[in-house]
Amino acid sequence: MLHFYIPDLKLILPEIIITVTALLILMVGSFKKNTYPSFLRRLSHYAIIGFILALGVLVFQHHPGEKWVTFEGQIIQDDYIYFAKILVLSASAGVLAISVPSMLKDQILSFEYPALILLATVGMLLMIGANDFLSLFVGLEMQSLSLYILAALNRDQVASSEAALKYFILGALATTFYLYGVSLGYGFSGTTSFESLVALIRVESVEVLPISLFIALVFIVASFSFKVSAVPFHMWTPDVYQGCPLAITAYIAAAPKVAAMIIFLRLMVIPFMLLYGEWQSIIVFVSLASMILGAFAALRQTDLKRLLAYSTIGQMGYVLMGVAAGNDEGVQSVFVYLTIYLVMIIGTFGCLLCLRGKAFSGVQKIEDLSGISILHPKIAFILAIFMFSLAGIPPLAGFFAKFYVFKAAISAGLFSLAIVGVLTSVVATYYYIKIVKVMYFDDIPMTPSISYGEAIILSPEKIVILNLCAIFILFFFAFPNPVLELAQQAALALPN
Amino acid sequence: MTITLDHYLVVAALLFTIGGFGIILNRRNVIVILMSMELMLLAVNINFIAFSQYLNDLVGQVFALFVLTVAAAEAAIGLAILVSYYRNRGDIQVDDMATMRG
Repeated sequence: MLHFYIPDLKLILPEIIITVTALLILMVGSFKKNTYPSFLRRLSHYAIIGFILALGVLVFQHHPGEKWVTFEGQIIQDDYIYFAKILVLSASAGVLAISVPSMLKDQILSFEYPALILLATVGMLLMIGANDFLSLFVGLEMQSLSLYILAALNRDQVASSEAALKYFILGALATTFYLYGVSLGYGFSGTTSFESLVALIRVESVEVLPISLFIALVFIVASFSFKVSAVPFHMWTPDVYQGCPLAITAYIAAAPKVAAMIIFLRLMVIPFMLLYGEWQSIIVFVSLASMILGAFAALRQTDLKRLLAYSTIGQMGYVLMGVAAGNDEGVQSVFVYLTIYLVMIIGTFGCLLCLRGKAFSGVQKIEDLSGISILHPKIAFILAIFMFSLAGIPPLAGFFAKFYVFKAAISAGLFSLAIVGVLTSVVATYYYIKIVKVMYFDDIPMTPSISYGEAIILSPEKIVILNLCAIFILFFFAFPNPVLELAQQAALALPN
Repeated sequence: MTITLDHYLVVAALLFTIGGFGIILNRRNVIVILMSMELMLLAVNINFIAFSQYLNDLVGQVFALFVLTVAAAEAAIGLAILVSYYRNRGDIQVDDMATMRG
């Protein structure tokens, strides 16, 4: 007699809520067959409600310090994953809220858009909560496949479909790298679970481990460097950012980066902890290269989205500094950095998404921003705050993000990283401030094609999100404790 | 001569490398890139099955099934994106995929 083990579905309630919302939206959308803006907007609101519901369930179900494993050890949750899930859920909801009005204006909003965002989020939640290379693979693919479709959402534009194609090809290549690495790791250990791998690496001393395990490590690091767009594998980032519609770029820059970085850190710190010496040198190199390239390549960009792509590469370099530190302080700094990064990215893209005009399909070049300080002083002011924060000017939140990462790197003895980090952040300040300069001091262009008449598109939820982001960035220095405490609990949840 | 685990691993490594070069060196057709990707995924499957047989453990075969399923979904999405690219562009030459530079 076979006994089927029925997993406790209560534990994955947030994922279930989001999946059901996505399926409902797909069903309603395909049965109603209407494309009125109000209908599409209502569907997006359902998606946001789904996110808030899932977030509520997640917060109410979780008790600090608690840890559970379900689905035969495939899925896990502890304080670390709890914080990560909060970040991913709120990032997805935030991006959805800021993107809907401008996508309506561009006429690329369809009922699939909220559903795809929801499904990508489920993928990210699974990926973060994975306790096995198999569930990690399924989650990773679920989010990447949804993102490839999102990137190709603007079907009538060459740039968008070309960006989607590039994203797809390089993303699939990264997946095969991951799989090859996992297959070698499986050959070494006979299991795909993180915990068994830890146990096996502990039993033998590091010197006698077979070479295949190191090859597996290199392949896995390479594939996740791709997902977080760190330097040797960053080639896709500028093209995809530039080609995709602005709203999709915002999503690709926000939630998937955070999810990939968190599981990257988790992989390094849990299954491969004892190979610290091996992966640390790789990550130090990747981090250095990302910071340097992110700072210098952005200097000569004229396209705003390309500039933001290089800025993301640089920011990921700073986060990887915390990963390279690998200790409690490093983990904490990674979480603080990612939280602040998310708020800054959502805020920046939220401001840019507001700007539309007659015969002016959204901000493309940096010069497009000239003169908005006179026409739209509020938007210009908020955007300037985010730019100063991205540059790391105290007392804005971006400064503290960098500060904690540098502190972690120094306490782990990685002085070269910290020094390069400070120097490249000086270089990067130039192009962030340049944007502020264009907004405040450049003349309004006389070309009639760019008219900012009726340029602002806002919706109530967008105003709320933008204000929340700005308040968070401005007052983080006064009330950093909630974030710091969550990050500390997350760091303590990891075994040492 | 008996065929050992090493033979399988060498074949898989070769296929994986051939697929990788197919993606990097190919300058002509995007379809070839998709085929190379399938080749790499199949190389991974050979690895999993060979290890699964060698270790006498079923997890590898389950993993291979998952990889096959996901590869099918991935190919479907890849071809769909390719079709939309072709409609906008009129051809699928790899060299032409360079409207964005910088």
